[in-house]
Amino acid sequence: MRIDWPQNDYSRVPYSVYHDPDLYQLEMERVFRGRCWSYLAFEAEVPKPGDFRTTWVGDTPVVVSRNDDGQLHAFVNRCSHRGAQIVREVSGHCKTDHVCIYHRWCYSKKGELIGVPFRRGLQGQGGMPADFDMQAHHPKALRLANYHGVLFGTFSEDAEPIESYLGEFGTGMIKRFMHKPIKILGYTRQLIEGNWKLYAENLRDTYHASLLHEFFVTYGVDRATQKGGVRMDDRHRHNMNYAFSQSDTQTQAQEAYAGISGVELDRMRLSDQKILAYRHEFADGLNLATPTFFPNAIIIQINNSLSSRQIRPKGVGAHEIFQTLFGYEDDTPEMTRHRLISANLVGPAGLVSMEDGEAIEIVQKATRRETASHSLVQMGGLGPIRDLEHRVTETPIRGFWSYWSELMGMEPEGGIR
Amino acid sequence: MTPQFTWEAMSFLSQYGMLLDQDRLEDWVQLFDPQAEYKVYSRENEELGLPAPLIWCDNRAMLSDRVQSYRNVNEHNFHWARHIIGMPQILHAEPESLHFQAGYSLFQTNLEGETRTFSVGRYDFVCHRHAQALRLQRAWVIADTGLVKTLLAAPI
Repeated sequence: MRIDWPQNDYSRVPYSVYHDPDLYQLEMERVFRGRCWSYLAFEAEVPKPGDFRTTWVGDTPVVVSRNDDGQLHAFVNRCSHRGAQIVREVSGHCKTDHVCIYHRWCYSKKGELIGVPFRRGLQGQGGMPADFDMQAHHPKALRLANYHGVLFGTFSEDAEPIESYLGEFGTGMIKRFMHKPIKILGYTRQLIEGNWKLYAENLRDTYHASLLHEFFVTYGVDRATQKGGVRMDDRHRHNMNYAFSQSDTQTQAQEAYAGISGVELDRMRLSDQKILAYRHEFADGLNLATPTFFPNAIIIQINNSLSSRQIRPKGVGAHEIFQTLFGYEDDTPEMTRHRLISANLVGPAGLVSMEDGEAIEIVQKATRRETASHSLVQMGGLGPIRDLEHRVTETPIRGFWSYWSELMGMEPEGGIR
Repeated sequence: MTPQFTWEAMSFLSQYGMLLDQDRLEDWVQLFDPQAEYKVYSRENEELGLPAPLIWCDNRAMLSDRVQSYRNVNEHNFHWARHIIGMPQILHAEPESLHFQAGYSLFQTNLEGETRTFSVGRYDFVCHRHAQALRLQRAWVIADTGLVKTLLAAPI
């Protein structure tokens, strides 16, 4: 299988990539089981020995589990016997072992097969063959990396060490968010009827932010004229949109947005302003920071709302966005309340995020019969992929496709990296 | 518990659902006290004891802001809403206030007539009497449907 890239700089994306079921099967192997690291969960979600949480790597169900010795493990949530789900709860605490209900096969907290009922038969009859070796039938284990409390997993023996995978950019951003112990505040889930890569692209498209999410500009939360930009790692697989609050002037913003249909600067005022209140809390002064991690995650700061989002592909035409909201252990009750009020901005009902669900679905609908055609990704320029000191750009989308193509073995001739 | 309270709660819920279904959101906001709380959160978070909401307005002005944003700013999937609200259970009644719960189902129908189940869950409402009518002091919407299809723009 190959892809006919019209340009070698990924400024044209064929619509077939969102619809082809065979391509989807391949990317579950080559991307999600390839040599990259996928975000699994936060360490804070499994704080004690015996704690577990289910998660996904692509569309593979995975259990993250903490053993009695405190070590973290990740394994595929499928019984080695007949393929049933081993862990059925979303999260919880396991006192002794994980037991598959079907035939009560037993798995340790490390994800190893440790018990098979009637293995030796009953009264000399039945049972497994004498040479049956439980050691040879453990569920598939993932390599797990705990980077400052953010858990990543990979199926690949060849994946580079997590520090080098995240790069200076990713490691720096994770340390920034995880500079002290976090406290989980809860979850939201959103089901979007569109291919998962449309969401990955959306996270790399800073062009759309102040246009689709009109709330940003209408209520003066964020506008493209603010000081900010986009950054990527060396391989352009991860990226970040960032901005400094109140770093532009009203005149600059008015001139920039004059004449754009459907977006009007500071058109309205909120009668209760506290939803927009920002309390300085990071040394770098950013009030908007959105590092993404190829292939499936983003950590988002919008003012004082902090969260991660995990992309969970659900077949070629749908994905779930699983969002984990967090604060810090040392937050006062009043600060927690402030974060939860700020959280009105994010998630499936978020005043500056809800529209992504609709935008992605209307792309999926309209491109279904146009798979030989392609989208245009050239805002911010063509050719080389590089960091920019502004946000009127889609360049990181090209970075995503460049790395995706490399993993898939589908780069165009002379494809830029 | 007198039938009177149940009847009052039913009438109130019927009005609440009808105003939403008719897209009369500005009138719906007037069912709330100025200091009323409106919170939508998932049953998943509730059972985990985690506080994160989907929507949280801790006074009526915030709720009006939500409605204004819905009307003027937010893009959403075009649809009609239909709330089917179950028989309320009165949890506590006093002459001037009423605490009750009721199950709800919310269907969305797109403009070409295709219907989907959008949300099911329960209302947990505290009302007090204001000029003969009930008015909300606290409206919690606890959604069993934590998996939001597409997006959640209009209130439940």
